[in-house]
Amino acid sequence: MIRHELQALTGKVREKQQQYKHRICVCCGASCISSGSEEVLNKLNEEIKARGLEETVEVIPTGCMGPCNQGPLVKYLPENTIYQKVDCENLQRVVQSQLIDKKPLEDLLLFADSREKPFVDAAEDPFFKRQQKIALKDCGDINPDSIEDYLAVGGYQALDKAIFLMSPEEVISEVKQSRIRGRGGAGYPTGLKWETVYKYVSDQKYVICNGDEGDPGAFMDRSVLEGNPHRVLESMAIAGYAIGASKGYAYIRGEYPLAIKRFEQAIKQAGKLGLLGKNILGSNFSFDVEVRIGAGAFVCGEETALIASIEGKRGTPKPRPPFPAESGLWGKPTLINNVETFAAIAPIILNGGEWYSETGTAKSAGTKVFALAGKINYSGLIEVPMGTSLREIVFDIGGGIQHGAEFKAAQTGGPSGGCIPAEHLDVKMDYESLMSLGSIMGSGGLIVMDKSSDMVDVARYFMEFCMDESCGKCIPCRVGTKMMHDLIQKIGERKATRIDLDRLEELAVYVKETSLCGLGASAPNPLLSTLRHFREEYESKIQQEG
Amino acid sequence: MNKITVIINEKKFEVDPHKTILEVCRENEVEILTMCHLKGIVDIGACRLCLVEIEGMNKLIPACTTKVAANMVIRTDTEKLKKYQRITTELFYAERNHVCAVCVSNGKCELQNLGYKVGVDNIRYPHLFPQCEVDTSHPWYVMDHNRCIMCTRCVRVCNEVEGAHNWDVMNRGHQVRIISDFNTPWGESTTCTSCGKCLHACPTGAIWPKAIVQGQLEKNPVMITELIERRKMKL
Repeated sequence: MIRHELQALTGKVREKQQQYKHRICVCCGASCISSGSEEVLNKLNEEIKARGLEETVEVIPTGCMGPCNQGPLVKYLPENTIYQKVDCENLQRVVQSQLIDKKPLEDLLLFADSREKPFVDAAEDPFFKRQQKIALKDCGDINPDSIEDYLAVGGYQALDKAIFLMSPEEVISEVKQSRIRGRGGAGYPTGLKWETVYKYVSDQKYVICNGDEGDPGAFMDRSVLEGNPHRVLESMAIAGYAIGASKGYAYIRGEYPLAIKRFEQAIKQAGKLGLLGKNILGSNFSFDVEVRIGAGAFVCGEETALIASIEGKRGTPKPRPPFPAESGLWGKPTLINNVETFAAIAPIILNGGEWYSETGTAKSAGTKVFALAGKINYSGLIEVPMGTSLREIVFDIGGGIQHGAEFKAAQTGGPSGGCIPAEHLDVKMDYESLMSLGSIMGSGGLIVMDKSSDMVDVARYFMEFCMDESCGKCIPCRVGTKMMHDLIQKIGERKATRIDLDRLEELAVYVKETSLCGLGASAPNPLLSTLRHFREEYESKIQQEG
Repeated sequence: MNKITVIINEKKFEVDPHKTILEVCRENEVEILTMCHLKGIVDIGACRLCLVEIEGMNKLIPACTTKVAANMVIRTDTEKLKKYQRITTELFYAERNHVCAVCVSNGKCELQNLGYKVGVDNIRYPHLFPQCEVDTSHPWYVMDHNRCIMCTRCVRVCNEVEGAHNWDVMNRGHQVRIISDFNTPWGESTTCTSCGKCLHACPTGAIWPKAIVQGQLEKNPVMITELIERRKMKL
């Protein structure tokens, strides 16, 4: 397919969609599927056929809509009415009410069981009203299995724009101007990274998409890959064009079979239409993407370990420098970005870097996707501007703590991050503010804890995770995490003395400063931050003499 | 070749820019402790003993994998580094079952020497006492996992110098183990050439020839370095 054919096809797809008066989206993200949304989808298709509505009503499976614990979710467009906990029994009532009687079915509306007055237009609900979707835009509105659906919402227009209207330098400059920072956790300026890889001269360069999301309680990347795989694919191709790479790898963890399936399908579809492969859209630019499946090692999310894993080696990190930008995959300059970072690239190219940088704070531009989990009323996936306060996220969007319990702390950044106690609820969620509290942004997992949580046990849990996931290459992480875990456990069992606590603190700083890679260097963070904010819980558990 | 200036522990040195900090320090008799380094084979920066402080860097940097740069200001002897070297050494001792009194390498052991050097007189951490195998299946050699410190010098020597790749690593975290082939007894390995290089590369008494008694082990890691250098000269 060449350039003008893309425009023609997009037009045709849009025309076809306009034939329908209604679009019913059934959330088929992993969490809604696990609560039975695929049966709902089948039943809904039968129901629409039985009522003879298939000419005017389109039923599609979509990716994640957000309020995951209310699933299975069914959304009616253009009304934007979401129904929760839809099953094969109550489905008929919803169809009858929404499509035939033309009025919403109040008792099944989203949050009908927890809000006094649920909203007919979901966008009015505080859960959605305070969100701003860039990376997740279209996720939940389009069918991830269909490239036509993606084209209809302007898919591959950014790639077209980049290849035909911009030079690689201009693409990089646009990304730099957006001030977007790596969404994998470390927050390195993405534009700078692209520029660095661009500057290295090499016969071969690579683009890698890091989809090895492994933090407990985090599912942002999974939802993006499941809900809008083409967006990530398109952005990878844009990156390839910008840095001069002809090959990309998407490294997706093996625990995400649906994400892998949909992404591989997206690669095939894009290849068929000439949006991937040789001479994309008739240009001189060629780019191919392959999927590599992670085998369950958390450490493979670390970029040098991930690269080793793609090379077919044992997934262990290497000291940096040299950074992958200079010597990465098979020793070639390699650009490696997180799924969520890529998800923001296509809109940045389409709308300009300045547009993106207008959202967020001075040092952290744009939006961030968070996965709300734990003792929160509405757990699920949200996207908010950087700088939104934790209070807004937990109470306004997340609906507060379950059973009206008292908020105790929120863990950000998973096992590499730290906890934020109640007195810092007004902290702005951006890279610097979280760092100053001893936590990190991380990939975006946000686990909310109430007063029933024992912070020593929280620290022990995350340390156990790091201990099990340490690759074993360097001694501080290999043995240090085990020693720290055993010491925290001893404190939890009220068998530890003050000497143990002192030793634990010394070890924590040692492991943080001497470990080879980010996993080890951040492994003590949950411990250090619980010590910082909830020291009295440790003190109360240690034996006074000795 | 153009030399660059680096400052190590407040002393100026004119050095070759292609060298690592470790090479430069060793050439100039600045002491750097190492365990996983063996001159000639690829460095991996795993033992963290060679960490140095570099002005302007907010992290400790491994000397073995980092090249010198012009006007780099390096410190190898700060109190912090000494403290960390001691913790690292203690963790090595606590990790497996090191009993010097009955060890073949007693008196000639790199780990033992390291302990003397950093002044370890007691281990402040509880010993993990893991259950470790002693693989005696090879006709000539023994692999005793109790004494292994996971420096992977055997793995790299076997792969890079002998080209056999008999050794590798399995499992994660503190449960990592050196394995022969795909975790088969060493004696049944189809790749091992019985060359004995791993034995000389091993810094402790983990790999040793049979029919050796306590304290009688003679290891010669320099031989491996010389072998590599002779090969390079031939090329």
